Amino acid sequence: MREINAQDITAAVKRLCMEANSYLPSDIKERICNCHQNESWDLAKNILGIIKENYEIAEEKYVPICQDTGVACVFLEIGQDVHINGNLEEAIHQGVREGYIEGCLRKSVVRDPLDRVNTTDNTPAMIYYDIVPGDGLKLTVAPKGFGSENMSQVKMLKPADGLEGVKAFIMKVVEDAGPNPCPPIVVGVGIGGTFDKAAYLAKKALMRNTNVRNADPFYADLENEMLEKINALGIGPQGVGGKTTALAVNIEKMATHIAGLPIAVNINCHVTRHKSIEL
Amino acid sequence: MEKRVTTPLTLEQVKDLKSGDSVLISGVIYTARDAAHKRLCELAAEGKELPFDVKDSVIYFVGPAPAKGDQVIGSAGPTTSYRMDPYSPTMIALGQRGMIGKGKRSPEVVAAMKEHGAVYFGAIGGAGAYLSRCIKKAEIVAYEDLGAEALRRLEVEDLPAFVIIDSEGKNLYETGRQEYLDSLK
Ligand code: SF4
Repeated sequence: MREINAQDITAAVKRLCMEANSYLPSDIKERICNCHQNESWDLAKNILGIIKENYEIAEEKYVPICQDTGVACVFLEIGQDVHINGNLEEAIHQGVREGYIEGCLRKSVVRDPLDRVNTTDNTPAMIYYDIVPGDGLKLTVAPKGFGSENMSQVKMLKPADGLEGVKAFIMKVVEDAGPNPCPPIVVGVGIGGTFDKAAYLAKKALMRNTNVRNADPFYADLENEMLEKINALGIGPQGVGGKTTALAVNIEKMATHIAGLPIAVNINCHVTRHKSIEL
Repeated sequence: MEKRVTTPLTLEQVKDLKSGDSVLISGVIYTARDAAHKRLCELAAEGKELPFDVKDSVIYFVGPAPAKGDQVIGSAGPTTSYRMDPYSPTMIALGQRGMIGKGKRSPEVVAAMKEHGAVYFGAIGGAGAYLSRCIKKAEIVAYEDLGAEALRRLEVEDLPAFVIIDSEGKNLYETGRQEYLDSLK
């Protein structure tokens, strides 16, 4: 049994909140650069140039890439042989609190969906636990902006809808979103499971390095095909037209019930932020 | 080629701005998101005076991050505009001429823009660090309790944006995409 102190988790979460908001993952930066180079539509190219300059400023000055520094989504992969000394959940919230206050990040969380009073420290975090074999602890912080979160959708397709239904739904979500989620976007898709598992898979898909395709060749092909189809829509950066609508499509899938075909599409913007650490 | 736009924005200036134009905005603008808009419209409904001069004004839909170090203001890119759709027609009727945001607008907003002469600019969503550099001065005018959503007065210099919807209702989100797709044929 390995012991991990709650204070160490607080310190790690705090650092990840601050760093994730200023340093864009290198795969996303590469994709923005490539799209900038390949974009043929003038206004679209100018916009991508500013988007590129923007993440460079954020990195250099250690300031947030985007003012919507999101709700802190915290993913834990906890080895089943780990024992936490202290209150794990409170340790995570404390890390978010310290990171958002010290890092001058925007506090964008309200305590109740209807009374809408700001908690002023960006807590609570949205926490996702995975229990895995071993005695490791992997922490990932993904600040999620809501311009893109609001454009996400879940649907319970019929098994008869099949692959065509899946493709049509992904296209519909991207089309409905149009210019709203700050394109170029990253599209996370979850297929299978239950109503809620599909949504979870879609969010998890956004955590995957966009240079890594789904391990199943069938789904890897589907990712490539959907990226091509989305970029043929012509929505373009910020919706002004152009060939760069999406940077990547990541799909995760799992088993499901004989009667169902749940699908969720979680949209993320070009500020697709996540940072991990292993304790 | 970029058009320079200086606020306050007169009807004459607005008429000169066409969907698809790239612009650089300078002068005084105000920030407000949905919570501040709600309060402004409530004041207007009660016939009370607004905390800023709405005539020929430009409102930037933004909730900035807190300033860090020697920054005037933290990252400050646009928020999604449709959340202001219920309020913008009232604001436009009161004399507001310009809106800066991102994303689609409702037919009611476009109708008000055509009727009174107003323009909708798109700023680059997600370019908050870049855009904050164009803000030279920032102060809270009202609704401090709203934090990031407070009503602020900003002095901006060459803030890059493009005209999405002009005062004739022409919409870049529709035409830009179509023209791009036609260019591939
Ligand atoms: S959708 Fe993303 S880029 Fe756009 S404002 Fe929100 S967090 Fe920023």
